[in-house]
Amino acid sequence: MNLKRIWVVFKARNAEFFRDRAAFGWNFAFPLLIIIGFGLMFDGREFKRFRVGIFPPTAIEQGASEALPPTFLKDRHVIVVPVADREEGENRLSLHRIDLLVDGTSASGAYWMNSSSPNSSLAEKVYLSSYMVGKTPPQRGVTNGPQIRYIDWLMPGILAMNMMFSALWGIGYVIVRYRKNGTLKRLKATPLTAFEYLTAQMLSRIFLIIFTLLVIWVGSDLIFDFHIAGSPLLLLLVFILGGLNLCSIGLIFAARGTSEEFTSGILNFISWPMMFVSEVWFSLEGSSKIVQDFALLFPMTYLLRAARKVMNEAATFADVQGECLVLVTTTLVFLVIGALLFSWNE
Amino acid sequence: MPPILEVRHLKKRYSSVEAVRDVSFSVPPGICFGLLGPNGAGKTTTLEIIEDIIPASGGEVLYRGQPRSRSFREEIGIQFQHTSLLSFLSVRETLETFASLFSNPAAIDDISRRCDLDTIAKQRNDRLSGGQRQRLTLALALINQPSLVFLDEPSTGLDPQSRRNLWSILRELKEEGRTLILTTHSMEEAEYLCDDIAIMDRGTIIASGSPRELIERHGGGSAIILPGHTPLQPLQGMNYSVRRSGGDIVIHTDHVHQGLKELIDRDIALPGMSIHNANLEDVFLHLTGRELRE
Ligand SMILES: Nc1ncnc2c1ncn2[C@@H]1O[C@H](COP(=O)(O)OP(=O)(O)OP(=O)(O)O)[C@@H](O)[C@H]1O
Ligand SMILES: [Mg+2]
Repeated sequence: MNLKRIWVVFKARNAEFFRDRAAFGWNFAFPLLIIIGFGLMFDGREFKRFRVGIFPPTAIEQGASEALPPTFLKDRHVIVVPVADREEGENRLSLHRIDLLVDGTSASGAYWMNSSSPNSSLAEKVYLSSYMVGKTPPQRGVTNGPQIRYIDWLMPGILAMNMMFSALWGIGYVIVRYRKNGTLKRLKATPLTAFEYLTAQMLSRIFLIIFTLLVIWVGSDLIFDFHIAGSPLLLLLVFILGGLNLCSIGLIFAARGTSEEFTSGILNFISWPMMFVSEVWFSLEGSSKIVQDFALLFPMTYLLRAARKVMNEAATFADVQGECLVLVTTTLVFLVIGALLFSWNE
Repeated sequence: MPPILEVRHLKKRYSSVEAVRDVSFSVPPGICFGLLGPNGAGKTTTLEIIEDIIPASGGEVLYRGQPRSRSFREEIGIQFQHTSLLSFLSVRETLETFASLFSNPAAIDDISRRCDLDTIAKQRNDRLSGGQRQRLTLALALINQPSLVFLDEPSTGLDPQSRRNLWSILRELKEEGRTLILTTHSMEEAEYLCDDIAIMDRGTIIASGSPRELIERHGGGSAIILPGHTPLQPLQGMNYSVRRSGGDIVIHTDHVHQGLKELIDRDIALPGMSIHNANLEDVFLHLTGRELRE
């Protein structure tokens, strides 16, 4: 193994990344746009909010405070939607466009709910409980657990998804393209060994992935003020291990073939299930055992579990060592497979 | 002197074609060896097997009398017919990158000057003209000061001036004691540069020797060239080989005088006619009935 040769290939690959303006920009813009988009969609606050329709619209401005409990209208889980009349309101309710309909002129607070909608029953509970004000409620306790917004939960998922695309395409797809257009052949005609070449590609990609991740983190932190409950360094370690793992999967797909279309198809075929099953977008809590077991096949699952534990639950290394161990061992296995399969030509 | 390269019974079979069938030759050090043949003859395949870029289906290759070892890569230089350069790097950076991959690289300034790359040193690889690319890939072939250099159609796509420059570089390389193996479609180039030639067709070597030997052995005599619009009908039944070559009609004869007389007897219009001594092109026509350039 020759470190100098690894270094020059590493540098050449990085130069390509930084000089390809369009791809470079997209690398940052894509995840940032997703994070910002979701942040705005959920108003930077809770994921779950109820839409309550009130008619007539005038009731919201003036009379409402008398007819409806003020605590309800100010509840942070409630979005008030003005509705023209009862008929329109019921129509919207049945279409799940609102979760509850309230008659703003009714002194008794008459309301309608949709019995086929879980959200509607929850909204109903919120509504009814606002009538409890003044009466002695049952004793209530408040947990001091961290306030986790959806965006806090989503953030590691988006970062991991970006890492996944960057690793799989930046290694798998790109090396296949190099093989097809003869770049690999040109390199094969030098003393560079396959091992040195692949090592340089891995190192370059992990360097770029972590660089991208830090930029995105800083960028979105300015907007949403993320809170990392655990150690930031541990979180970085988890992402590095996860990144290496995804890169090593990329190497397997880079090992053979000269068809970019085929490779792209295969990469899509594994990345989309990985994205959904590994809980990038939503939790699989409560889904069937088969799905949950299936998720365990994907290394991304371990990356995300560990990252969320550290970020949201202040986990320490001892808490995530299991996930880290899985990531490290599978990385080694994938590396060996990728290196054994690798061919410069076809 | 023992050969620097020996190739024995090389074979390469792709699923549908036998690209190389039983090719053998040897190359003494310090010469320029030319591999000639029409498109698809198997020249590139033969070179890439020797270079250890693609595996052979059979046969063996000896470098300095030994099977090729790890150090083989350090000692050879390759200019591929088709290749891609690292994108987004400049010419200079490309030279530096490749120089760093070898343990005994040439001085980059020397190579850059020799291959006339100084003026485009900062230019990016993907913005080079065809001829500039050729100069850069030649520079990459020379970057490790190789003792054996493979050049697959080095002059394709070069203007006449650049071609002359290339030829003088290749002559210099030979004077420095390096061995060159090149493929070409240009007879002029082969006659000017090569000490030894092998003519390939359909995967086999059909003739070899020095240009002079080949012409004497297979082509001798002269060629009478008639303009392409000359009617073929009256030419039938002549005692000489008559062929279409490019836009012209070529008649081979050992007796120019006799041949011309016969043309006049047949009332063929002679304006536009020319006569030259047989060259490698004629050798090839004679051997295969086909042209080098298809
Ligand atoms: N990878 C491949 N798979 C299948 N057939 C191939 C492959 N590479 C080359 N061939 C076939 O092998 C034969 C020889 O090709 P080769 O490239 O060696 O010819 P060449 O003499 O270099 O021709 P040219 O003058 O056009 O460069 C051709 O018939 C070609 O179609
Ligand atoms: Mg060729």
